[in-house]
Amino acid sequence: MATVDDLKFQEFDDAANLLAANPDATTISIDEPVEIPKNQHSRLQEPGREEDDELLGTDDSDKTELLAGQKKSAPFWTFEYYQTFFDVDTYQVLDRIKGSVFPVPGKNFVRLYIRSNPDLYGPFWICATLVFTIAVSGNLSNFFIHLGKPTYHYVPEFRKVSIAATTIYAYAWLVPLALWGFLMWRNSKVMNIVSYSFLEIVCVYGYSLFIYIPTAILWIIPQKVVRWVLVMFSLCLSGSVLVMTFWPAVRDDNRRIALATVGTIVLLHALLAVGCLAYFFDAPELDFPAPIIPAHNGTTVITKS
Amino acid sequence: FPGLADVSISEDIPVEGEITVPVGSRSPDEDYSTLDEPVRDTIMRDLKAVGKKFVHVMYPKKSSALLRDWDLWGPLVLCVSLALMLQGGSADSKDDGGPQFAEVFVIIWFGAVVITLNSKLLGGTISFFQSLCVLGYCVLPLTVAMLVCRLVLLAGSGTVSFIIRLIVVVAMFGWSTLASTAFLADSQPPNRKALVVYPIFLFYFVISWMILTFTPQ
Repeated sequence: MATVDDLKFQEFDDAANLLAANPDATTISIDEPVEIPKNQHSRLQEPGREEDDELLGTDDSDKTELLAGQKKSAPFWTFEYYQTFFDVDTYQVLDRIKGSVFPVPGKNFVRLYIRSNPDLYGPFWICATLVFTIAVSGNLSNFFIHLGKPTYHYVPEFRKVSIAATTIYAYAWLVPLALWGFLMWRNSKVMNIVSYSFLEIVCVYGYSLFIYIPTAILWIIPQKVVRWVLVMFSLCLSGSVLVMTFWPAVRDDNRRIALATVGTIVLLHALLAVGCLAYFFDAPELDFPAPIIPAHNGTTVITKS
Repeated sequence: FPGLADVSISEDIPVEGEITVPVGSRSPDEDYSTLDEPVRDTIMRDLKAVGKKFVHVMYPKKSSALLRDWDLWGPLVLCVSLALMLQGGSADSKDDGGPQFAEVFVIIWFGAVVITLNSKLLGGTISFFQSLCVLGYCVLPLTVAMLVCRLVLLAGSGTVSFIIRLIVVVAMFGWSTLASTAFLADSQPPNRKALVVYPIFLFYFVISWMILTFTPQ
């Protein structure tokens, strides 16, 4: 015979409370199934937890390793394998770009933003944008510099697009390959706490190139001083992202090797910037026509501007 | 049966109909009957399909006709005509000229393939050739812009003509991007739409740049 209390509607308690009251009861949890194709795990995390982990910083190596183990288990000849490299949402890409442009001292770009979910979307399309930005800006800048000259005939210089593409894509893929190989080799000799996968290195390099896009647009300004200030500024920003990423990976090593590695990273980055500036953008002063002033005593003086 | 007491089946209602099993040989006859039609009908049917898609591009509204019956004739015609019109620029002997025919071709087709792969890798539900079809057809406004630019350049190549060309190319670039986004955006997961639209923007920007910087020799 049921009592009045038994017939009253009872709220469903938390699973934990019910289980505490009756430990032997079988439980069925109706959650979102966690074992869906691995490319869903990033959407299941709430933004609040992400912020906590950001504050923790380096303390999530266990979690990142666990997440790394869950992904990429499709064989490499299937389409799903490559889909795991594009498992990013719009806000994640924008966050990563923001992190590469405003480096926070002390925070590691890979640990903070990539967090074991490296994507190929950012590196690929940032490089593509950079290629076309440099080619178009170089063309525009040359057009404005040579504008007054009567002998100048505008050419679109389309060849330079393919040269720019080769250079930038080679930089964005071969340098990370070399760096990854070097770090693996050093890892076998010296036990490093921090080690990066190849895709994470490609990701860092790809996103660090983003600062060059607005820089290339501003290089249209035909002032040498402005251009070199821009080079220095963007080199500092993106170089610091790279340095802060790779310093923890080499600091346990021999001092000189660590410094040499970081120095080479920065040097190659600087070479890319300076090389693009020199090749695609004509120097502004050399093209101003030298005025010929006939001097009083008959000799002509050519002034160089 | 007590429940059916109020249902009466009158004996006056005739029950009639046809009980025929659809014979399989009927449908293949309908398909193969296009063999017997005049060639003009065959060509006109394809041409009408292409023309209908052109109209859809010029007045983009969300219709599935473009997506359902994809074909690549339209993109091929547009690509070839655009590449042909981009010839005759200052690309005769100097190395730093405009794009060659093969370069335009490769950029359009390779760019469309890369964008399609990108949208599929990001989780889009559109099929490969449907996306190629849409991207190719949406080059139509830019081809019209190229035509207008060449006509304007016949009249003169001063600042005024440049401003006219700039306005026309910018307008057509916006039209192309909006048209292709209208067709493709629905097939993407909602939190990745911007990631898919940006490469399309870049693609049409590059084509517009090639059109705008065309200078006749």
